Amino acid sequence: MSVLELDDVTYAYGEQTVVEDVSMDVEPGEFLGLVGPNGSGKTTLLKLMLGLLRPDRGSVTLFGRPAHEFADGTRVGYVSQGATGGTAGMPVTVREVVTMGRYPHVGLGRFGKRDTDRVDEALATVGVADLAGRRFSTLSGGQQQRVVIARALAADAELLALDEPTVGVDAESREAFYDLLRELNRDGLTVLLVEHDIGVVTAFASRVACINRRLFFHGDALDFSESDALRRAYGANQQLLDHHHH
Amino acid sequence: MLPFAQLGGFVTEMLGYPFMQRAFVAGVCIAVVAPLVGSFLVHRQLAMIGDTLAHTAFAGVAVGIFLSSLLATEVSPNLTALVVAVAAALLIQVLSEHTDVYNDVSMAVVLTGGFAVGTVLISLTSGGIAVSINQYLFGSLSTLTRGDVEILAVLSVIVVASVLVTYRKLVYVTFDESAARIAGFDVRLLNRLLVVLTAMVVVGAMQMMGVILVAAMLVVPVAAATQLARSFKQSVVLAIVAGQVAVLLGTTLSYTYGVAAGGTIVLVAIGVYLGAAVVSRLGVARMG
Repeated sequence: MSVLELDDVTYAYGEQTVVEDVSMDVEPGEFLGLVGPNGSGKTTLLKLMLGLLRPDRGSVTLFGRPAHEFADGTRVGYVSQGATGGTAGMPVTVREVVTMGRYPHVGLGRFGKRDTDRVDEALATVGVADLAGRRFSTLSGGQQQRVVIARALAADAELLALDEPTVGVDAESREAFYDLLRELNRDGLTVLLVEHDIGVVTAFASRVACINRRLFFHGDALDFSESDALRRAYGANQQLLDHHHH
Repeated sequence: MLPFAQLGGFVTEMLGYPFMQRAFVAGVCIAVVAPLVGSFLVHRQLAMIGDTLAHTAFAGVAVGIFLSSLLATEVSPNLTALVVAVAAALLIQVLSEHTDVYNDVSMAVVLTGGFAVGTVLISLTSGGIAVSINQYLFGSLSTLTRGDVEILAVLSVIVVASVLVTYRKLVYVTFDESAARIAGFDVRLLNRLLVVLTAMVVVGAMQMMGVILVAAMLVVPVAAATQLARSFKQSVVLAIVAGQVAVLLGTTLSYTYGVAAGGTIVLVAIGVYLGAAVVSRLGVARMG
């Protein structure tokens, strides 16, 4: 069974269509890079995939169920752009953040040994075990994103979705961050990465989807480099800009 | 030992008055529930919502007073305030669900609109009303009835129980709303619950704190705790401690010097906040 299946998905903000007739799938174990120019609808497409938005037309199926109805919070981990968001001032420890990953498992119940073990393992896997007691807001951007990934690992997520996770992260930490993603993917985690940096995607992803409102390319990362999809997709953006000027 | 004996005598005398007993019970309740709920509001940049709901609660008070004079029967202003504030809370929440943001402007419209409705209704209900309205605006220790304290106690139990049951979900939503939705939590329901709890806190605390100042108890103790806490759990506990200090000291000062209770409590709370900020800076300097 596919992790994700999109069938002729269309979505508009008011009059403005941002995703149009997109059909594609994500298979278990793949590392999909989703690229496109600024304003190409890639973040919107990710939100549709995760059920945060509901398509106007077409369907999105996540683990075999309509994405907007999907409620098994343990299977999907999500890392947003600048994971801190509005939480910069919130006092919360690294361990508390990772422990959130267990909340869908325990509900109202008590934390068992298995839960704390999973949290410890997740902290160690992403290399932040020594920061467990630190306040989240005191960490660097790269460390914070690792912690949010650890939250997904603690949840036993099968799919990790990331929306431009390294915006504002320094170059060295970025490299290490994508290495970590590749390792996690090799261990069987399905990775869905929205990224504006095409170099990163071609270097780390196994498959690439290139969109600018419509899907311009979907296939192997190697084929993507050799295709003219990039030029066509970004060219379409150029036309869009010209259109706005007239 | 003499100063201690004097202090003991002073406290015994103060607590000998039933109205001061009521004030302390009410204050302790307020200083538990307001920082508790405020911890979730402040870290979602929703501090304004407490003030907005307090001003609409004032409209609710006016509705109660107006109905009482119109129907020539006793309609509890507390009850009408609760109904109006809860309705306003849900209205604000539903509006924000449709626009995806807590709009500054719509919040300001509801805040001032609520207060405007209150003043108009009160001016329609001429007579002895103007006197009793001050107690709602600025709060009062002496007019706090046994019934008021009972209502506050019941609201407090409901608020604490609701937060305990949903604590984990509320923390997750506060930290990362999108991820909480993906984790399968009903974020819309949790947000509605939070604003309704806020309305309950505001109405329960308004008698003592006054409509104008009540929102401070949702915000200032939390701001103080945020300076010092490392974990969220710690920050909730510290916020409640800061609230208790403000209420106990503020109420005592208000009694001793005959000054407005709400204002004194808020000033003490701000003092605690400034103290926490200084300690936090010193701590950082020492570690650095």
